[in-house]
Order: sequence, then structure tokens, then C-alpha cells
Amino acid sequence: MHEILFKERLGPDITLYTFHAPDVAAYRQPGQFVLMRISEDGERIPITIADVDREKGTITLIVQSVGKTTLELAQKEVGDSVPDIAGPLGTPTHIEKVGHVLCVGGGIGTAPLYPVAKAMKEAGNRVTSILGARSADLLILEDRMREVSDSIVITTDDGTKGKKGLVTNAIQELVDSGEKFDQCIAMGPPIMMKFVCLLTKKLGIPTIVSLNPIMVDGTGMCGGCRVTVGGEIKFACVDGPEFDGHLVDFDEMMARLNTYRSHEKQALEKFSDHSGCKLEASLKGGK
Amino acid sequence: MKPAERLKIPPTPMPEQDPAERIHNVKEVPLGYTPEMAMKEAQRCLQCKTPFCVEGCPVGIDIPGFIGAIEEGDFRKGVRILKQKNLLPAVCGRVCPQEEQCQQVCTIGKAKKDPCKAVMIGKLERFLADWERENGEFETPPEVRKTGKKVAVIGGGPAGLTVAGDLIKYGHEVTVYEAFHKAGGVLVYGIPEFRLPKAIVQTEVEYLEKLGVKFRYNFIVGKTAPVQNIVEEHDAVFIGTGAGLPRFMRVEGENLLGVMSANEYLTRANLMKAYSFPYTDTPIVKGKKVITVGGGNVAMDCARTALRMGAERSLIVYRRAEEQMPARLEEIHHAKEEGVEFHLLNNPVRLIGNDDGWLTGAELIRMELGKPDASGRRRPVPVEGSEYVEEADALIVAIGNSPNPLVPASWPELEVTGWGGIIVNEATGQTSVPGVFAGGDIVLGAATVILAMGHGRRAARAMNLYLSSGKWEDLESALSLCRAEVR
Repeated sequence: MHEILFKERLGPDITLYTFHAPDVAAYRQPGQFVLMRISEDGERIPITIADVDREKGTITLIVQSVGKTTLELAQKEVGDSVPDIAGPLGTPTHIEKVGHVLCVGGGIGTAPLYPVAKAMKEAGNRVTSILGARSADLLILEDRMREVSDSIVITTDDGTKGKKGLVTNAIQELVDSGEKFDQCIAMGPPIMMKFVCLLTKKLGIPTIVSLNPIMVDGTGMCGGCRVTVGGEIKFACVDGPEFDGHLVDFDEMMARLNTYRSHEKQALEKFSDHSGCKLEASLKGGK
Repeated sequence: MKPAERLKIPPTPMPEQDPAERIHNVKEVPLGYTPEMAMKEAQRCLQCKTPFCVEGCPVGIDIPGFIGAIEEGDFRKGVRILKQKNLLPAVCGRVCPQEEQCQQVCTIGKAKKDPCKAVMIGKLERFLADWERENGEFETPPEVRKTGKKVAVIGGGPAGLTVAGDLIKYGHEVTVYEAFHKAGGVLVYGIPEFRLPKAIVQTEVEYLEKLGVKFRYNFIVGKTAPVQNIVEEHDAVFIGTGAGLPRFMRVEGENLLGVMSANEYLTRANLMKAYSFPYTDTPIVKGKKVITVGGGNVAMDCARTALRMGAERSLIVYRRAEEQMPARLEEIHHAKEEGVEFHLLNNPVRLIGNDDGWLTGAELIRMELGKPDASGRRRPVPVEGSEYVEEADALIVAIGNSPNPLVPASWPELEVTGWGGIIVNEATGQTSVPGVFAGGDIVLGAATVILAMGHGRRAARAMNLYLSSGKWEDLESALSLCRAEVR
């Protein structure tokens, strides 16, 4: 069992959790993820590790509540536990001094981006970051990203914070202003990564992306997470989750994410009904 | 009873759930023998002086011994005999290919010229194991003196569990490192509930825990901790990480939605209990018309699972003919009874999808049998111009698995074959790294539960000798010397 030691709301549906997980913390490197099950009949969901504290034996995960499992997790409080956290999984990010690194984080994607940006900074790189979100309240980890970046640009789709527009506009502006980047790391919604890659390819900036397809085991056993990279089938769980973004078939990956869309809706409806009933019952009990 | 009388008794069939009913549930298909049925079946055994069946068993169970005990009605004694050699009888009684092993060489079967009419050894084995589980306490073997030696078993599947059970009985301290949240390997993620109820596997794992085996779950050796740590912290290591790398067909459209590996389909259905969705959280693709590509037991498991998931039609597409199918006869028979359609001598050439990327069908090509290939089976050759489209909204690729590369990839000193299997000394399971043994599908490629257990048994014996002597070289000859002394 893994106890929740700390919980903090970062945004409307975004929560940061610190779990007791010494086995996972011990050898984890930036870019790796865990598979978590929150109950005995639970599904295995992949979550990138945002941070670890080896001495305390803890890991930090940042999760957006989008489906039944993540909503149920959000109802857990400090002192509650989840039965299973397996990891760290995946191939760690290749960290080296390349010069000037551009880190682009979209929404919840800033969570997996932060440890990579931090490691890149520690490796002696100059780090420029662009954080984007639909709206100001969906921006996360801004302070932490500031700490590990030499400069930072904020963008929001609705202009509630920073520049109004998309991260791609910000990349173009930086390049137009004469900035030169040796490496780009983009993490966020698939559609954002796709357009960042289209742009950086044009600009000639090598780009790493972190993919989060559907997974079951996370050890290369099921192939559910297969993605086409450079015309070859790769398993994101063991070959990735990070790949050369210029080679990824994003359209196929985005289509595959829809495989269980109707199931997800069904599970969510059942969960909401159930939670609703409980709420109703407690209200009645109060009378 | 005279042998001639025994020979006259017909095989006792095991009652089964009705096909029309069972495709709507995941309960076990064969229902088991009653004590009366078992005792009647046991009477068919001739108690041969030279029991070929024992030689036919990869773990060398005293088959006439436990059958004799059943005939006497002393089931406790039967269990004891069985468990001397087989720690997982409830599993093996259900999933071993007896018709190719003990029952193939059974004298009765030979007399009747049909291994399916031999003494029903597997069914009797299952009977005893079920009897023990249903009749209270498991007997724990007497306490053994602890040796103080530590053993790591990587992978809690059939090979690993066998090694763990044997070495704990020799008095060593055993820890099983399991990547999943449950032990059992293919027994829990692969073989369906209707063929092997998961409660049975759980009971066997709990028995090992009772003997003192420690289980570390969610522990992916090579990721959670480097292999070097595991080696340093233990006196010997056994790798039994299985054949968990699914093969795909490498045809156009294989990444369409609704196309998945047998591993994914079965893991969702079995380990993750997707058959109870939405009461459990893991979803599964429920096709109306499901094609399973392949001809082995795994393909049969997928096709039969699809029916239970509500498919209106479940098709097996296999590129060879029925005689060449690697699946057990019993599995093919059960699949047919349940209405699985067999499209033999057919092979997918490409998969077709709609605008959303969902599978809509498979283009198949007819095949004919040509000259024998390396496996001795006649090679299937495509019939030019015979392509046609078979509509389907789900397709499961069940064409085999390769050894899981996760552990070997993080261990450069470990020698592997071209196809990724760990190279071992067959008699001892020794790998190229001193102190490290391996067995099961990580060595064999995708094989059977009992072969993996046979590997585990042999490796455990060698590991025990290695742990007591400390000598890595010439372990094989030392081992045969030991055996000679015992005899």
C-alpha cells in the first residue's frame, strides 16, 4: 500500500500528490513513469513521475482528473492509500549538455516536463521555457519552472495570463527575435506536440516529445501502447515514452487514444451516478 | 481386478457446462469429477511395472502412485504423492497437454490406439488438487533447517513459482520479484477464468507464502532496481520472466483501433477482469464480429473469450490446416462446441479501417499446403488472386510471443540467442553469468506451463547444489553424480 503524504490542488482539475513509494523513488530518473492502480478492481493508469525524494522514499505525481479513475483518486485524502504503484518504467530522458534547450509545456504536460528541464539545467544547459494553457487557472508549476529556466514565456489561449495565443506562436516569436535553440523538448496534449513538431521541423530544431498512449502492463508485454515512429512500430512503455517528435505519427496516436472513449464515458456516468447517490443519501441523512 | 477387466472400463467423461449456457459466463467449463467418478476412472490404471507415463511427465510425477491412492479412496495419500513432484497440481491438471505427454505413452491409450482414451491422468490430478482445496487445511511440509542462503526469483510465473517452492523446501530464503500486482504470470494474465479459475492460482500462491516464500509485487527487475543489486543481495538468482513480447503480423492497418495482441486482450479480460466492466475499471474492445489470427491455445482462448464478451460471431483465421494447429484437441473441440468458426488455410494480407481509424475488416488470402518447412509441417503458400474481404470490428493477433527483452536488455553479460532467448545449460539452467539460472519461456520462447515447471524443477535442483557446494563449474556432472548416489 502506498500512503498519500501530501496533496495540493494546482488547478480546477489538477492535483499534486506525494506518495510513499521508496522502491519507485530509489532508482527513478527523469522521463520515467509509474503504473498505478487505486483500488482492487482498478485499472492500471500510466503517470509520469514529476519528482522524487529518495531520502524520504517519496514520489510526486501530478494528475488531471479526466476520467473515473482520476476522479476517484482526487477524492482520496492525505492518510489514504492506493494498493499499487509499479515502476519506475520507461527509458529515462537522455540528458546531456547541448547548449540552449527550449522546454515547451502544455497544460498538465508541464508536470513531466519539469524534471527534464531541471536535469537539463543541472547538466549545464541554458534553458528557455514556454508554458502554455487554455486559461490562467490551468497553468501549473510556473514557479518551479522559473527556478530551472533562464527565461520563461507564458501563453494562454484566452489571454488570461501572459501572451494570448498558442505555444507555437511563442516559439516562432523567440526564433524571429534571433534566439537559437539546439534542442526542443515538448510535452503536453498530443495536438500541441504535433504542431510544435511541425514548426520545429521547419525551423530545424531537434525535438523530443513524451507520449502517453493507452497502456496496460508497461513492460512491453501487451503492445497496446504501440506508436509508429519513423515508419516502425515502437512500444511507448519500453522504447519510450520519449521519442524524436519529428518521426512520430501523431494522427495515428491521437486516433488510438479514442479506442475506449465510449467505455470511459460509461464508467464516468456510472461513477457520477454512484457519487450522486451517496451525496443524496448524506443529504437525506442530514434532515 | 484383472488387467483385462480394467482394460474394458470405458474412460469416464468429465461433466461440462452446456456450450449454449457457458458462452454467457466466465465460469469454468469442465466441472470436475465426483469421488465416485474419480475412483472408477482410477480403476482403469494397470499400475504398469515400468510406468511410461512417469517418463512422459516433464516433472516426473509418480502417476501410478497417486492413481492407486485414488482407487483405494485415500485421497489424502494421493495428494501427498502428487505434491512430492508437483506444487501446482490444480493448475497442471487443467492446462497440461496430457495427450502429448503422460497420456500419449499410457499403456491403456496405446492399447486403444488413442491417447484421448488413455487413463484420464490430467482429470484425476485435477480431482485430487480440487479435493484438497475443498476439504480444508493444506498440509504444510515439516520445517526444514534454514541454510541462510538467499535466492531471488525474477518473475512469478509457472517456472518461478516452481523454483520458489522447491528451494524453500531445501531451506533457502526465497524472494519472488513480480512485475504485476499478482503472482502467477501467464496463469493469471493469459489463461482465461473459464479454463483456469484465478482463485485456484491464488490458493497455490498463498500455499507458497505459507511455506515462507516472500513476494515483492510491482517490482520490475532492471527498472525498479538494477539487476546488479539483485545479484549482489542474493546467493543465487533465477530468471523466469517469460515470453511476454507479442509478435505482430507486420501488415498494413495493424495499428487500427480494434486491433490488439492476444496478450493485451487476455490481460484486460483476465488479470484486469474486464469481463465485469463497468463494475471493474478496465475496459475491453467488445467486437460484434471478432477475428482471431492464429492456431494455438492462446488463439482458442481469445476466440472463446470474445464470445463471452458478447461477440455475435467469433472467427479463427489460421494459415495452415486443422491437423497442423498447435492448439490442444480439447481446446479446439471446446471452441467448436461454443460456435467459434474456423477459417483455415487463410491469412490476412492487410487490415481495413474507416475514417475514424476503426477496423472494418481484414483482407484475407487463401492458402494451400506446399512442401514441409523447417518445423516439419507443410508450408502454407498463398493462392494468387484469391484475396477477399472478411468484415470484422475487432481483430486479435495471436501468432505467438518472443522472450521478454526487459531483463536481458539491462544485463549485457547475459548471453541470449538471436531471437532473444537466454542461453542456458539444459540440464542445470545455468546462464553465462555465474550464480544466475534461467528457465521457462524466457529460454524456450512461448511453450507450455508444464515445460516451464520442468525447467524450474531442474534449475532448482542445480541451484540447491550450487548453494551448498559454492561450485559453479561442472555443476552438471556434479548433479548427475548426486543422482547416481541417490539411486
